[in-house]
Amino acid sequence: MKLNVNGAERELNVPQDMPLLWALRDGLDIKGPKFGCGVASCGACTVLIDGVATRSCVTPVGTVTGAVTTIDALEQNGVLHKVQQAWLDEQVAQCGYCQSGQIMSAVALLSEKPNPTDTEIDDAMSGNLCRCGTYPKIRAAIHRAANGVA
Amino acid sequence: MGRIAKIARRTFLVGAVAIAGGVAFGYYQFRKPVKNPLKEGLAEGEATFNPYVKISADNTITIIAPRAEMGQGIMTTLAALVAEELEVGLDQVTVEHGPASGAYFNSAVMSENAPFANFEHSAIKDSFRSVMGAVGKIAALQITGGSTSTVDAFEKMRHAGAMAREMLKAAAARELSVDISTLKAERGSVTDPVSGKSLTYGQLALKAAEMEPPADIKLKDRKDWKLLGKSQPRVDMRAKVTGGRIYGIDVSLPDMVYGTVKMNSRLGGRMKSFDAKAAQAMPGVIKVVEIDCQFGHGLGVIADNTWTAFQAADAITVEWGEAPYPADTAGIMGVIDTALAAGGGSALREIGDVSVQFADAPIEKIVEATYSVPFLAHATMEPMNATAQFKDGKLEIWSPNQGPTIVRFICASVAGLDQNDVTVHTTMMGGGFGRRGENDFSGYATLLAIAADGKPVKVTWSREEDMKHDLYRPAAIAKFKARLGEDGLPIALDAALASPSIMRSVVRRNLPSMGNAPLGPDKSITDGAFNQPYAIANQSVRGIDVDLKVPVSFWRSVGNSQNSFFHESFMDEVATAAKLDPVEMRLKLMADHPAAAKAVEKVAQMSGWGQPTAEGTAKGIAFCLSFGGWVAEVVEVQDTPQGIRITNVWAAADVGVALDPDNIKAQIISGVVYGLSAATGLEITFKDGMVEQSSFPDYEPMRINQAPQFHVEVLENADNMSGVGEIGTPPAAPALANAIFALTGKRIRSLPLSKEVKFA
Repeated sequence: MKLNVNGAERELNVPQDMPLLWALRDGLDIKGPKFGCGVASCGACTVLIDGVATRSCVTPVGTVTGAVTTIDALEQNGVLHKVQQAWLDEQVAQCGYCQSGQIMSAVALLSEKPNPTDTEIDDAMSGNLCRCGTYPKIRAAIHRAANGVA
Repeated sequence: MGRIAKIARRTFLVGAVAIAGGVAFGYYQFRKPVKNPLKEGLAEGEATFNPYVKISADNTITIIAPRAEMGQGIMTTLAALVAEELEVGLDQVTVEHGPASGAYFNSAVMSENAPFANFEHSAIKDSFRSVMGAVGKIAALQITGGSTSTVDAFEKMRHAGAMAREMLKAAAARELSVDISTLKAERGSVTDPVSGKSLTYGQLALKAAEMEPPADIKLKDRKDWKLLGKSQPRVDMRAKVTGGRIYGIDVSLPDMVYGTVKMNSRLGGRMKSFDAKAAQAMPGVIKVVEIDCQFGHGLGVIADNTWTAFQAADAITVEWGEAPYPADTAGIMGVIDTALAAGGGSALREIGDVSVQFADAPIEKIVEATYSVPFLAHATMEPMNATAQFKDGKLEIWSPNQGPTIVRFICASVAGLDQNDVTVHTTMMGGGFGRRGENDFSGYATLLAIAADGKPVKVTWSREEDMKHDLYRPAAIAKFKARLGEDGLPIALDAALASPSIMRSVVRRNLPSMGNAPLGPDKSITDGAFNQPYAIANQSVRGIDVDLKVPVSFWRSVGNSQNSFFHESFMDEVATAAKLDPVEMRLKLMADHPAAAKAVEKVAQMSGWGQPTAEGTAKGIAFCLSFGGWVAEVVEVQDTPQGIRITNVWAAADVGVALDPDNIKAQIISGVVYGLSAATGLEITFKDGMVEQSSFPDYEPMRINQAPQFHVEVLENADNMSGVGEIGTPPAAPALANAIFALTGKRIRSLPLSKEVKFA
């Protein structure tokens, strides 16, 4: 099958019902999306499909027709995406494992609501678990990305 | 004196483990200088000065930070210790974890386990601590745990940087024919201010490494620090915001195959029979392997991708053997309850005479309460995994682990190899919290690698497998009793705390031949209760080691995680009974320990303690001295139509010397979130011998919409230095429970609190 990932058409030979997460990680060696739970409960696997934040661990790869964007492609020509830069500036990550998913959810949020309130941030981000407790810094980084220069 | 001698004679459990381990690891004696492991495998043009510093002719400066990075920022702080003295910026260095080696032994992790309160010092106690520290070296214990990394490294890694700097300067002095005392080292170069000539470390490295190391090294005064004491950008941050391939689960090797495990969920139980025909017939499945080892009994699957391995594991039917403990939670808690009722136990604190105090106590002066906590899972975001390759008689393992020398020892013994034939690569960790100090995941990967025909195999556990096969924070039950004096302050405290011993459980798994040896009392059973800085004239605090085979282990802050809940909830009950303000009462009892009193004073001031609170809100306070850190926390809760909401948390943490203030604040918040997650809603329960919870939907930590506002101050009044990874956790649960009492009048003595109140 063919899959549009990070701007490229990729050829993939895996079962149709394999979750997109494993097609990316094991099939295409794209390691940005992380495996956390496999049941869409933690958000570590979040990718964008046509700009919409999607849990890749429960999305059969055979059903994906849109363009998939993973965190691996957010950085362009050595320049971090404004959300990544905000994460760096706020020093958000601790273990960092959930942050790929957090950042992809934040990118989707900001494309829909360029200047979200705390409540809107909480609503949009509550599907992404963090065991290190970086939540206050995630809020701060989203505000920074919203207000800051791109 | 007699008592300490007795403890020392019996040897302390952890000491016994380490000594036995030392014999097993068998490498180092204490007095022997340790070898520099970096000498093997130096590249062309590369020089090493000691186990912590490598400099290459192309000016690549590599600092080895030999502790596990599981989120606590340790790579950055350890690198800063070396960089400070080496006179380089963190922007100029590459930081690596480095190899498994006895050179990176952790002596602080052993001294922290000495059976005394942190503030108790005497010649014999300090000498016991230093003997315990030496055990770390004898046993070559390269461990990340017990919040000891910075304490252990503070002197030795600064020394390593200073030693390299002085050797570089000596080489420059020879090169420029000037006296070394005139030279200045800065930003990776040595400069002669007179001639203006400058040589980079890269230019000097090869010659400098041949120089005699200086005999006498003077470390910089604190006032001259450029990096330490100031917040540094984390060296791992860029990789972590770009989806970096840095975790164990991201390991990718040529010809790699993929695996998973399906172990008996009746933990410790055997496998009676299995049928893997359907699994073996699935496309992509390579092999089904029986696993029968000290860590568990069950099956491994090797496939050409992880998802197929998961599917195949689900398709195998198994008849499992029985668990070596009661089948359900009620039965398990019954065992703990019975042990508590039977009394006895080991007293780590026995001062005054409690029995005399209670013999004639009027009933209205007695406060009594019984508390309990459940088992807890670690639930790291990255599920357990490891990658191993067994080829030509040698094993190579890529493991996200907290103890590489132990991983080497365990994997060698599981594979029947000499330790010299085992190479351990320690990856970054998607959370540790104590879980990755265990060796089951490395052991299983080793066994699957042996069956993988020389190919590397990455063994990933499903979330369900991870949660149902954790080594849990022990469940515990504790009884507290106090006698109030005329002024209301407690004059006697009698406490008994019962839980299964962590150290015993760790020994059973990792040194099975020692599984039944008499090991002495386990400090973790009373840690956080026997060693708190309260002046109560008569105290008896006893730990009861419950014989229960549910596997238990180190969970962020270990014994403090439950015992601080018991102790500080009880202190709140004492204050209520005595009609004293809980802050005022603590300040009076802590008068002999200024670091404690100042932390409490600070958090009271920060949180506006004692001032009128908004309608429908209330605050609770708790304090815990753990791992040398003096931490007071106030939690504010609010009654809302959706339930109780945690609105604010204030914390004052005294760490003695604050090496990186922003990272310390982040760690305190992290510890509090971890503690509040557990206190509000987490518990592990058993049915039919198996853990009932399987994933985040039924073991759901705090989410962003539940996270309060945080206000943290870092203090430096204490005359000891502490680590910071765990100290935020212990006071969180009792401060919350005390706040809920203040809000509702309901005293909840059992966790999680969600069994009694609803949270928003």
